[in-house]
Amino acid sequence: MTEAAGTPRRATAREPVSRILRVTGPLVEMEYVGGTAMYDLVSIGPAGLPGEVVAINGDVVTVQAYEYTGGLAPGQTALPQGRPLSVRLGPELLGGIFDGLLRPLSGAGDWLLPDAGRHAAEERVRSFSPSVAQGEQVAEGEALGEIQDAGPVRVKVLLPPGCGGTVEEIAAAGDVPSDAVVAVVGSVEVRVGALWPVRQPRPVRERVDSHESLNTGQRVIDLLFPVARGSTVAVPGGFGTGKTMLLQQIAKWCDADVIVYVGCGERGNEMADVITELAELQDPRTGGRLADRTVTIANTSNMPMMAREASVYTGMTVAEYFRDMGLDVVVIADSTSRWAEALREFASRTGALPAEEGYPAGLASAIAAFYERAAAVTTLGGYRGSVTVIGAVSPPGGDMTEPVTAHTERFVRCLWTLDRDLAYARHYPAVSWAGSFSRDVPVLAAGHRAADDPAWTRRRDRVGAVLAEADRLADLVDLIGIAALPARERISVLAGRLVREGVLQQSALSEQDAYCGPEKTAALADAVLAVADRCRELVDSGVPAASVEETDFGPLLRAREDTGPHDAAGVAALRDAMLTRLGELRP
Amino acid sequence: MSVSGGIEYTAVRELRGPLAIVEGVSGIGWDEYVRIALASGERRHGVVLDADRDLAVVQVLEGTAGMDPAGVRAAFSGSPLRVPVGTDWLGRVCNGRGEPLDGGPPVFGAHDAEVGGAPINPVRREPPSEPVLTGVGAVDALTTLVRGQKLPVFSVAGLPHLELAAQIAAQATAAGEAFSVVFAGMGLTHADASFVRDALEERSAAGELVLLLNTADDPVIERILTPRIALTVAEHLAFTEGRHVLVVMTDMTTYAEALREVSAARGEIPARRAYPGYLYSDLASLYERCGRIRGRPGSVTVLPVLTMPAGDITHPVPDLTGYITEGQIVLSPETHARGVYPPVDALSSLSRLMRKGAGPGRTRDDHLDVAAQLLAALARARQVRDLADLVGQAALSPTDRRYLDYEEAFLRDFAHQRSDEPRDLDTSLERGWRALLTLPRSQLSMLPARLLDAHGAQDLDDLGEGTPR
Repeated sequence: MTEAAGTPRRATAREPVSRILRVTGPLVEMEYVGGTAMYDLVSIGPAGLPGEVVAINGDVVTVQAYEYTGGLAPGQTALPQGRPLSVRLGPELLGGIFDGLLRPLSGAGDWLLPDAGRHAAEERVRSFSPSVAQGEQVAEGEALGEIQDAGPVRVKVLLPPGCGGTVEEIAAAGDVPSDAVVAVVGSVEVRVGALWPVRQPRPVRERVDSHESLNTGQRVIDLLFPVARGSTVAVPGGFGTGKTMLLQQIAKWCDADVIVYVGCGERGNEMADVITELAELQDPRTGGRLADRTVTIANTSNMPMMAREASVYTGMTVAEYFRDMGLDVVVIADSTSRWAEALREFASRTGALPAEEGYPAGLASAIAAFYERAAAVTTLGGYRGSVTVIGAVSPPGGDMTEPVTAHTERFVRCLWTLDRDLAYARHYPAVSWAGSFSRDVPVLAAGHRAADDPAWTRRRDRVGAVLAEADRLADLVDLIGIAALPARERISVLAGRLVREGVLQQSALSEQDAYCGPEKTAALADAVLAVADRCRELVDSGVPAASVEETDFGPLLRAREDTGPHDAAGVAALRDAMLTRLGELRP
Repeated sequence: MSVSGGIEYTAVRELRGPLAIVEGVSGIGWDEYVRIALASGERRHGVVLDADRDLAVVQVLEGTAGMDPAGVRAAFSGSPLRVPVGTDWLGRVCNGRGEPLDGGPPVFGAHDAEVGGAPINPVRREPPSEPVLTGVGAVDALTTLVRGQKLPVFSVAGLPHLELAAQIAAQATAAGEAFSVVFAGMGLTHADASFVRDALEERSAAGELVLLLNTADDPVIERILTPRIALTVAEHLAFTEGRHVLVVMTDMTTYAEALREVSAARGEIPARRAYPGYLYSDLASLYERCGRIRGRPGSVTVLPVLTMPAGDITHPVPDLTGYITEGQIVLSPETHARGVYPPVDALSSLSRLMRKGAGPGRTRDDHLDVAAQLLAALARARQVRDLADLVGQAALSPTDRRYLDYEEAFLRDFAHQRSDEPRDLDTSLERGWRALLTLPRSQLSMLPARLLDAHGAQDLDDLGEGTPR
């Protein structure tokens, strides 16, 4: 009997033993022994620290170690494992918190010491329910059954890629240990959990175009820079621009089935906060805990740097595992700059020729390959699923021309640039409307036209135009003062303010405003546009611009906080009240 | 494979910059601590940077000056540097390597710990939620320091950041709970070092202070150890002894320069401004040692102080620090020029954890509202001042003229205090209220009416004309 990918290639029981030649930081060199291949896992030294083969040159194998290597000495043993760096995928990932190599952190002690003893995931009994019968024909990627007690997410047990045939054995409905064999198909044993090498994308039948938007619940994004399921987003922003806050909001409220949150070089206290909050918050769609649809990979900035390098691939592999069940998955990586720094650090240790700012020449292709694993697909088993990737970028000194930001911009479909001036003015989320883009707009617009919201494109264009006009006039106002502008232009400045404060700003701390449903987003934008139109009519009919400006727009501006997340009717009522108030103005 | 214990090697093949290459070694691990004896009997210390077959590349902390390869004996300790930990450190004054400067015996402890520390498991972290009160009004009221937080002071050469750091170290308390301060000075001038010793004498005598002083003429590389020793001692005092520990580290720019020097000596490929590419991770390995741990008493709070070269906040040291820390306290030359101490630029400063550590049940019910109102009014006052520069004060509206008065009151009555004056939070907030009451009631929309009544907020007409000074 054979098993799926990720298991040792070697048939013999005896493992080859190598010796360490050199140790400097995370770079370890060892003797070449037969059966060592590129990107194979190596267990280094007496503690069995995990490492990965990154170069083989004659008799010398270069290994990148995933733990602190202090005390490791030449002459000690290293054991090539004969298989690539792989992770164990299974339903127990949901609600769990793991390090960069997907080793569980809960129950790992107060301090993370470098040793290999953190492997064992907690074995749980799962309630399995078969969906095929003995003797049936099944193909690769098709479901054999479902796990019933994995919370709100419907976890399927799939036939691994490359397998197929007749179902020879299938477990009956009932409890099974999570590492048990639940089926035998074409002589292959299928377990609930599966090993998969993290650097190898899981195969799909085909990539498909996505017309469906991922609803993030953040107005500035859903309205101006929407993202399609299976698309890619980069979020560049200097420190203090609210990057982590925005990503956390999306992790909490976006309408995906599974969220993989990769804290890559993050603050420890922030990670602790995310973990606590997710456990407390309720999923508005399923009523379960948000944590139950979330897989958290916590690799804080002081944890070993090389595990940071692996953590983004680990997160992506977890996402693909759930995608293959026909689910929509979002991977949030905060921050990809720290991942790139790990690449740089290791390249420098191996003496690779540096390209820009010390980054290796392969940086651009590594970033491109990472984002390319995002897609909307038809899985091998014929299901529709998607992986959307949202990656934060932390440009040093806010410099958007630095290599990681500059390369990332070229490979993503959406860019949500966070603006320091907006953040300084306490305008959150500080997504810059001038510096962001979404290349998904045309396809999503077509989708909206065909389905729910024919006015979508026109609304987006009008909001964009109002903001652009107000930005243009803002420079002029600084120079000559608002009073010197013609009345119509003064209303344009006012309209810009109403859009910014009444629609784009969103308070993450407010219960009503933290999440905004699509219908409320549309209603708020329509309300502000209608009020701006009325203001313009008023000045055209001779009402002084100053008396329009002095009107209290409070009810309109507070509508986002005063109405519930889906309360479009409430917004419309406030709009009508506002229009009535304006109607009382006389020339 | 066992470690080499106390085996001494004498075959030094090469000496280059701070590096000594020892050959013919076996079983020497990376990052091992080395004791080096010179022919003259002088003792130096080193760390293994590269363990390559039978070669060990050792970085000599004190430098290689005067070393003759013929007379050098290197004893490898078998493990990365460990320091004794325990309450014996309290009340001691030591150099940057932890050796006594106070004439006392070497510091002993029942236990020892690796100075590199181990990362705190993020799952075991307790989100910080209680304040450390520093006795500095502008900090306590506007950027409250929270137990387990890392909050840096960004300064510029010539500003009194060392005075502020020493004042906070001397005054900080944690609501009567056991509290200690570990002060790590890196690259201090002798004048600064003695200033710090004087300023903290009382706290030291009370057995609440550990003082580690690396002066500007001490070996550069020693500076890399100083904060690590400080944090290792602090972690033990906090998580084993149950104290709340504040670690003040100054000056982190000097620390980063030492790191750069070492990196250059090792021939590493430089990144931004020739700092090593791992500067972010290295700084994180220090700052992230702060925190609280579930089920353990005590906390480690970190207050790094750094000077921004040429006042540039995009310089790698403040920039990377800002990415790691939870906010920043920014000192401003303009405020300093107006004679205000501490010269905090309140609008650029931020404590990200303040919402969790201040307000009802933590400090005072009105704390967060007052802080928000003070900052909002200050932002408006700045705009008004710019406008006044353009159009003249006479052209300002009466309300706007009030804002000029407010800014003056904010700086003089609220922000300013003596460098030896511990100000409790109540006094600070009352002074904040007094500054706010120079504004008409209509401008104080962030404060609840009940409190405005209680403090006697007045309408514009009752306040009379603002009088620009």
